[in-house]
Amino acid sequence: MPAAHRVTADPETARPTGTVRPVDDESLLEALLGGDEKAFTELVCRHHASMVRIARLYVGSQASAEDVAQDTWVAVIKGVDKFEGRSSLATWLFRILTNRARTAGSKEHRSVPVDVSESGPTVEATRFSNGGMWNDPPIPFTDVIDGRLENATVVAVIRTAIAELPQPHQAVVTLRDVEGLSTMEVADVLGMTQGNVRVVLHRARARIRAAVEATSRGAAG
Amino acid sequence: MRLRPPDVHCREAVELVTDYLEGSLTRRTRRAFEKHLRACDGCDAYLAQMRVIIDTTGSVGPEDLDAATLDGITELYRQFRTEDE
Repeated sequence: MPAAHRVTADPETARPTGTVRPVDDESLLEALLGGDEKAFTELVCRHHASMVRIARLYVGSQASAEDVAQDTWVAVIKGVDKFEGRSSLATWLFRILTNRARTAGSKEHRSVPVDVSESGPTVEATRFSNGGMWNDPPIPFTDVIDGRLENATVVAVIRTAIAELPQPHQAVVTLRDVEGLSTMEVADVLGMTQGNVRVVLHRARARIRAAVEATSRGAAG
Repeated sequence: MRLRPPDVHCREAVELVTDYLEGSLTRRTRRAFEKHLRACDGCDAYLAQMRVIIDTTGSVGPEDLDAATLDGITELYRQFRTEDE
C-alpha cells in the first residue's frame, strides 16, 4: 500500500500519555534485563489490555482475567532472565498468559469453546445478486478515510468492533493483527490449528470491515 | 493437461480473502481468485478494504491503562525485583 494511503493511529490518542517514544520489544527486553523499571511499565502499557482480553477467553470474569494477567507479570519479572529469545518477547508473554489462564479456567471448571463450526457467509447475502455477483459493491476505503472520516474515528470504530466480537474472535484478531504475532504463533499460543486460526481470523476481520464500512457509509450519506 | 482455473463468483471470492492474504490457498484456487480480481472492481475494492482494515488494526496501539492498574503492577515489579536481590 502506498505510504500516502496508509492509515495510522494518531500517536496522541493511541498511546497513553507520558510513555516513552515507541521502541521495539527487543530493546525493551535489553533494558528490562538491566533492571529498568520504565522498560517494564512500557511493556505493561503495551500488552496488558490485550493480555486481559485473551485471558477472558479462559476464565469466567473480568476480575479473574485481571488476576491472570497480573500473575503473568510476576512470572515475567521472575523469569525474564531465563527468556532465551527463541520466540518474540510478545509470543513468550502470551504463552505464559494462556498457560496460566488455562489452569485458572480449569479450576473454575470452564471449558473453552473455540467454535469454528459457525460457517455462514461473512458478507450480507443482500449485497449479491442471485448469480452471486455484487449488486452493491464496496468502494475503496481510501476514498473515504482521510476525506470524510478522521483516522481517529476509524480507530475508535475498530476498537469497538473488536470488543463486540465473540471471545475467540477477539483473542485471535488481537494476537494476529493488534499484537502482530504470526498465524503459527497464534495457533501455538491459543492451542488451535493454523487452519482454525485462519477461519476465526477471517470472520473477525470481516466483521471489523463491515463496521468500518457502515460508519463510512454513514459519513458519506 | 493443464486445468483451467475454475470460475469464482464474488460471493465466493470474498470468503477467500484471508486465505489468499495468508498464502494458504491451493495454487489452482489462487489462480482462479486472481483471475476473478482482474475482472471485478468490486472484489478488488473488497480486498483493498481488508488490507486497510488489517493495516489500521495493527496501528490502533495499546488501549489506555488506568493509573491504578499500572501502579499495582509496578508495585509488584518493585516487590519481586527486591526479593531477587
